[in-house]
Amino acid sequence: MTATRPSEADPDGEFSVLAQGLRKWYGPGGKPPGAGGAGADGTSGGGGRDSEDGGKGGKGRKSGRTGRFALDGLDLAVPRGTVFGLLGPNGAGKTTAVRILTTLVRPDGGSARVGGHDVRREPRAVRRRIGLTGQHAAVDEILSARQNLEMFGRLFHLGAARARRRADELLEHFALTEAADKQPQGFSGGMRRRLDLAASMILAPEVLFLDEPTTGLDPRGRSEVWESVRSLAAAGTTVLLTTHYLDEADKLSDRIAVIDRGRTIREDTPEGLKRAVGGARIEVRAAAPEDVPAVVRAVARVAADGAEPRTGAEVPLVHAPVRDGVAALTEVAAQLRAEGVTVEDIGVRRPTLDEVFLRLTGAPAEEPGAAPPPDPDADGSTRSPEGAAV
Amino acid sequence: MTAAPDPAPSAVPSPAVSPSASSSASPSASSSVSPAASSASSVSLAPREPEGRERRVYWAVADSWTIVRRDLTHLVRQPANIAWQLGFPIVSVLLFVYVFGSAMDVGEGVDYKAYAMPGMFAMTMAFGFMNTAMAVVVDRERGVTDRFRSMPMAPSAVVTGRGVSDVVHAALDLVVLAVIALVVGWRSDGGPVATLAGFALLLWLRFALIWIGVLLGLLVPNQEAAGNLFAVAFPFGMVSSVFTPPSAMPDWLGTVAMWNPVSSTANAVRELFGNPLPAGDSWIEQHPVLMAWVWPVIVTAVFLPLAVRRFQRLGR
Repeated sequence: MTATRPSEADPDGEFSVLAQGLRKWYGPGGKPPGAGGAGADGTSGGGGRDSEDGGKGGKGRKSGRTGRFALDGLDLAVPRGTVFGLLGPNGAGKTTAVRILTTLVRPDGGSARVGGHDVRREPRAVRRRIGLTGQHAAVDEILSARQNLEMFGRLFHLGAARARRRADELLEHFALTEAADKQPQGFSGGMRRRLDLAASMILAPEVLFLDEPTTGLDPRGRSEVWESVRSLAAAGTTVLLTTHYLDEADKLSDRIAVIDRGRTIREDTPEGLKRAVGGARIEVRAAAPEDVPAVVRAVARVAADGAEPRTGAEVPLVHAPVRDGVAALTEVAAQLRAEGVTVEDIGVRRPTLDEVFLRLTGAPAEEPGAAPPPDPDADGSTRSPEGAAV
Repeated sequence: MTAAPDPAPSAVPSPAVSPSASSSASPSASSSVSPAASSASSVSLAPREPEGRERRVYWAVADSWTIVRRDLTHLVRQPANIAWQLGFPIVSVLLFVYVFGSAMDVGEGVDYKAYAMPGMFAMTMAFGFMNTAMAVVVDRERGVTDRFRSMPMAPSAVVTGRGVSDVVHAALDLVVLAVIALVVGWRSDGGPVATLAGFALLLWLRFALIWIGVLLGLLVPNQEAAGNLFAVAFPFGMVSSVFTPPSAMPDWLGTVAMWNPVSSTANAVRELFGNPLPAGDSWIEQHPVLMAWVWPVIVTAVFLPLAVRRFQRLGR
C-alpha cells in the first residue's frame, strides 16, 4: 500500500501531473456520505467491495441505490517527459481519474495539478496544456480529416490561417496526407485513432491523456498507435495512458501505477513491479516423466533459500525460485548433462505483469474475451507463495 | 492476439522483447510520426490574441461561428438528410390534402389546402427539436462533446453554435416546404411583411424548442432512445390545430390542443398569411399572434436554464 506520495510542492516543475488524495463519489445524492474522512473510510472498507462489484461494467457511473467512490484517495505523480501507465481492473477508477485530470469532471476531494495548473481553479490553463484521446475516436464523422483538424485548430484559437497550416503539418506527421480529404467514416481503426491523436496534438500539449487508446483495434492498428505514442514521447510529450492490456502497459510505460477501487496500490517501473511480485524462477521441462526426479535434484541445488522445487500436475515441469537466473541456468544445464538427462526445455522466467496484476488486485486483468492466457501451465497456483518470499 | 507476450519459458533470461517489432513490419512504415508533431512545429502555437476578460466575448462568438460552420458543413455534405427529415411533413401534406382532404371539413367553404399548409409548417418546426436532440446525442456518444469540453474554447459555443445552425437548418426546411406548398396550390394572401413575419414566428418557435432538444439530447442514454423521442414529438405536433380545428375534438382534448404552443404558432401564421383560421372563440384562439410570440419566450425561460444546468452537470 505504499503509493509514492508526491511531495507537497513541485517547485521545479518536475511532474507534469500531480494528484493527491483525489476522491470522486458517484451516487444518488451527488455528495459522498459525510464529506469528512471517517465515514468515507468506512465505506471503502467492507461495503466498498460490494458496491464496486455492483457497479462493474458501467464504470460504476450509475451504480444502484448505494453509490460509491469511483476514486477514493488517488495519488499520482507523473514525471515530465515520461510515459505513465494507469493500470487497473474495470471500475478501478482509471477513466474517472483521466476525466478529472482533463477538467471534464470535478473531484469531490483532493487536488490535482496538470502542467503546473490546478484542474479545479484554472481549468482553462490546464486545457491549453493537455490533449485528450478518449475511449472513442472523438472526431467528426462527416467532416474530412483536414476539416476536422482545422476546426479543432480554430477552437484552440490558432486563427484560420495557422489552423490550416497546423492541420497540414499534423496530417503529414500522422501519415494521413493521402486521406486528408476523406471522411473518417471510411477510415480503418488505426487511421481513425491517428486522426484522433493528431487532433489532440494541435497545441503540442505538455501532457497527452490516452484513455484505452487501442481498445477495439486490430493488431496492426495497435502497433500503429504504439509507434505514434513512442515517437510523441520521444519528442518530449508526457503521456498518461490507461489500458487494460497488460502487455501494452509493459511495452509503452516508463512507470506504471496499479490502481484498484479508486486508490493507487503500487507505483513503479514495469520491471520494479515484476521484481516486487517475485524474482526469477528456473523452469525445466523434462523430456520424459521418469526423468523428473533427476531434474528435481538438479533444480533443488540452485533453488533460492533451499526452496523445494515444485512439479506441475500434468506436465513434467519442474520449477523453483532462484537468486541468480543465469548462474542457476548454467549450473542446472551442466548437472543434467553430466547425468545424461535430456530435457525438452529449460529457461529462466520472470513474472509477467499479469501475475503482478493478479497479486496486487486479487483479480485477473479484465478484458472480456480477449484476456491473454496468463500462464501456460494450469497449475499456476503453486507458484505464488514462493514468489512472495523473494 | 499476436501482440501477447510469449508465455513459454525462454531459453535465456528474457529481456522485454517488443512483440510490436513483428507486427510493425507491415509494409506501411507509414505511421511513423516525426518529432515535429509535438515540439518543433513550424506553426506558432501561441493563442492568436492575448486571452483576457475583454476577449471572452470575442472568442465566444468566434467559437460559436466555428461550430456553426461545422454543423452547416454537415448539412451540405448530407443533403439526403434534409430530404429524410422533410419526408414526414411532405408525405403528411400529400396524405391530408389529397387522401383525407375531401373528408376534411374545417368550416363551410374553407379550402383545406389553405388550412393545412401553415399547419404543416408549424408541425415541421415542432418536430425539429428531435434533430437537435439527435445531434446532441451523437456528439455525446462519439466523445466529441468531451473533446470540446477538454479544450480551451468557450463552453457556451457548443450550445449557441448548435442553436444558430439549427435555426438556419429550419429556415432551409421552410424554403423547401414553401416551394412544395406553392406547387400544391397554397398562396399567402398577406402582404410581404406579414408573410415574412409568419415565417419569423415559425423560426421563433423552432428556436425555443432548441432548448428542449438540447435537454433531451443530454438526458437520453443513446441514439436509439433519441429515435424513440418521436413518441413524444408526434402527439406534441398533432394534438394541435395543425390538421384539424380543436373545436372538432372532444372537449378536454380540444382544450389541450388549443393551449398547445404549436397551435398558437399555426394559427398566427394562418392569420398573417390570410389563410382560414379555425373557428374558435376561446381567448387563446382569439390571440394567436400574441401567443405565438409569448409561448416561445415561456418555453425558453423554462428550458434554457434546465439545458444549461444539465450541460454543466456533465462535469459532476
